[in-house]
Amino acid sequence: MRYLPHTPDDIQTMLTVVGADDLEALFADVPKDCRMKEGLDLPPALTEWELNAHLAALAEGLPEPGEYISFLGAGSYEHHIPEVIQALRGRGEFLTPYTPYQPELSQGTLTAIYEYQTLTARLLGLEAANASLYDGASALAEALLMAVRVTRKTTVALSRLIHPHYRQVAETYLRPTGCRLVELNYLEDGRTDLNKLPPEGELAVVALQSPNFFGVIEDLKNGAEEAHDRRALLVAAFTEPLAYGLLKSPGSLGADIACGEGQSFGLAPSFGGPGLGMFACLMDHVRSMPGRLVGQTLDREGRRGFVLTLATREQHIRRERATSNICTNASHSALTAAMYMAALGRTGLAALARLNHDKAMYLRGALEAAGLPPRFRGPVFNEFVVQAGPGFERKYQALLTKKILFGLPLRTWYPELEDGCLLCVTETRSRAEMDALVQEVRP
Amino acid sequence: MNRFPGAAGLVFNEPLLWEKGRPGRTAFSLPRPDVPAAPLPEELTADGPDFPDLSEPELVRHYTRLSQWNFCVDSGLYPLGSCTMKYNPKINEKQAARPALAGASPWLPEDLAQGALKLMHDLERLLAHITGLPAVTLQPAAGAQGELAGMLIIHACQRERGGQRTKILVPDTAHGTNPASAALCGYQPVGVSSGPDGVLTFEAVASVMDDRTAGIMMTNPNTLGLFEANCRSIADLVHERGGLVYMDGANLNAVMGIVDVAALGVDILHLNLHKTFSTPHGGGGPGAGPVCVRSELEPYLPVPRVMEENGRYRLSEDFPRSIGRLHAFHGNFGVMIKALSYILSLGPELKTVSQLAVLNANYLRKRLAGVFHLPYDRPCMHECVFTDRFQRPHKVTTLDMVKRLMDFGFHPPTIYFPLVVEGALMIEPTETESKEDLDLFIEALMEVAREAAEDPEALRRAPGLTKVRRLDETAAARKPRLCG
Repeated sequence: MRYLPHTPDDIQTMLTVVGADDLEALFADVPKDCRMKEGLDLPPALTEWELNAHLAALAEGLPEPGEYISFLGAGSYEHHIPEVIQALRGRGEFLTPYTPYQPELSQGTLTAIYEYQTLTARLLGLEAANASLYDGASALAEALLMAVRVTRKTTVALSRLIHPHYRQVAETYLRPTGCRLVELNYLEDGRTDLNKLPPEGELAVVALQSPNFFGVIEDLKNGAEEAHDRRALLVAAFTEPLAYGLLKSPGSLGADIACGEGQSFGLAPSFGGPGLGMFACLMDHVRSMPGRLVGQTLDREGRRGFVLTLATREQHIRRERATSNICTNASHSALTAAMYMAALGRTGLAALARLNHDKAMYLRGALEAAGLPPRFRGPVFNEFVVQAGPGFERKYQALLTKKILFGLPLRTWYPELEDGCLLCVTETRSRAEMDALVQEVRP
Repeated sequence: MNRFPGAAGLVFNEPLLWEKGRPGRTAFSLPRPDVPAAPLPEELTADGPDFPDLSEPELVRHYTRLSQWNFCVDSGLYPLGSCTMKYNPKINEKQAARPALAGASPWLPEDLAQGALKLMHDLERLLAHITGLPAVTLQPAAGAQGELAGMLIIHACQRERGGQRTKILVPDTAHGTNPASAALCGYQPVGVSSGPDGVLTFEAVASVMDDRTAGIMMTNPNTLGLFEANCRSIADLVHERGGLVYMDGANLNAVMGIVDVAALGVDILHLNLHKTFSTPHGGGGPGAGPVCVRSELEPYLPVPRVMEENGRYRLSEDFPRSIGRLHAFHGNFGVMIKALSYILSLGPELKTVSQLAVLNANYLRKRLAGVFHLPYDRPCMHECVFTDRFQRPHKVTTLDMVKRLMDFGFHPPTIYFPLVVEGALMIEPTETESKEDLDLFIEALMEVAREAAEDPEALRRAPGLTKVRRLDETAAARKPRLCG
């Protein structure tokens, strides 16, 4: 096997040094009754070209890029990934090191993550970002746990317009803690109703997503005021960070913690993962923050360098009193996101965000003219909900046969939106493709 | 010392991103606008974040230079104990980057997603076969999230059995993350000391396992690189007293094809695809931490689950006793593709992988015994643990020694862990290192030990050949600068 360098001679020489008769003898400590009886009955090893054929067969049947015109978003976005990012992120020097425990040998990763933290904090308008968490959903769950630690209160108010899967993950994380979860319903304009917040005595945190699951931009400023009036924190979640190339940042609107999914920044959808959880907060709360942090320092000769820092928050030092059990981050995804943010720059990010918005608005208008009005009138970024009308199921299937993925039906999570469908338009959809969709749905 | 890989060469300085560039540059090819501009209320918008503007060549040079400041598996021996830094096959990267797989939306209708669902189902079956535990979830995004899933399963199961328990047993040779994972579920971790030969004894567990204890978290092989030979009798005891047995499978690389995890009495096991199954660590993730359980615990696994009927695959959330969802979608699918590719490329030779991993570790142990203190002088599994006891009289520490090792061109082992051993050096060479490279590594360590006795100052000054010298970590923590 080409990954295993040992020749029979090597093995024999090494066994002699070790003092074992054969390879089986190395496992003398494993009791007989714990042994695998039959050995591994796995299919024979594949050659490199057999492996290629096998994976090609699995990939067959999945849409090839460009085969379908997709309007799916809902937390996983199709954005153009520049070739320069593919080339740089694929370097073995970035792919094959471990967590940078030995800073003298890891300045590449540490510098890149420090840059990622800085760009993330600037994007979200907050003072400190961590080195990333697993994904947007666990980032939200960790943010809620952090808010409970900071405020020492136990009621968590979650908007119903937070991504339904994120809410499910938050429930999973919070269930054993005894915290109370309150759901906030939404208003007619597609924004969260903040009129029924729990009282100050118990409320730890209000969590909103902006743009929310319906694509509508929330009033974070009002949310922050309502939360702060009750001595609670505002957590601003997101699934589409590109929005903050155009919109005011959550931090500038008063959010205490901003967190969400960073997949849009240079990572392929990859059937839902890996992405990264972006996470930022104020310096006042940084010692309650979960996850790895990189900080700047000096070496013995006074040169600038970077290290993992504030490790006393973490599981390997503080053990059961740690701020989280998280051990690694999504470092390589964070590196990719930093490369993407750097590739765009302020100018590019603003222009790309604007283009996403303009295209979404174009389709929203064109669908309305074709008889599929938007369900909510609040301002949106690159996603929106349309009322697809009666007989929607059939229409959806008919579009599929024309190789159009219309969007995501919302009934599963919002039964009241019988024919509601969430559509996403990014820079990868051309006007011609949108016109083709409109042509098909026109009565 | 020129027979060693470590050498000085020209290394480039490189400013931080925002110390470069000029406003108005970009490295991004923006699509041509083909729709009219649409207004957005001014109170919602801003001028965009304060990012630097760089050209594409500037970007390439920046990240190429940064990359050259990293030590990595591709460049040299990286013997971090309990991290399994084996070679990461290049062909597996190509599989994960296949346009149809990488481009797949997690929302694809089932008819269009059959290949992706089959891939997940196949990997689940293979992991079940390798471990002996029949039910598998691939959803946890990392080992620590796998641990959390395991604890949530114990929590849910104990609640159903009527009456929640409050404690979890965590041996002193378990992985460092375990207590924090237990604490997330509200459990109080209770330490259990390993016996004189480094493994857990029946008696030690029997003295603390009571009806308030929900279960035990064992790492096997443990963090001393030793097989927990009493695992079965301990598991029987824990079961008898109403507890569940969780095994941290981070060290599975030692026992594939050799140990039947179900026969050990284990109820729940997490694996690290980025360790045992060769997916790259990426400088700290993303990885994947699948969880395998006994069939009685299958109803608790996270949703959605991949279901197969007559060759058709679908996702199901219809498991009312499930602990719930842990990931926004189905877990780190891209990582799963690489692990599947690895398993298919090795097949039954996975057993050889474990045998050679154990051979390499024992070879190091034998050749370095006497040079460094071996706290447990007995055959090891995939890693061995030394200490700095022989070098302490020279006022040289483990830290000094591993910093010096860098100058020879090797990454340090894991240090000061496990905590049961003072000044630990925990070495896991993995099976992908050749005898020649191991011999050089051994020679380098012998050289370090010689210097410790003859020129200890050389160690305290080290490293000397790296991009930066020792960094002031205390200052970094006292006045944190987390952003530029």
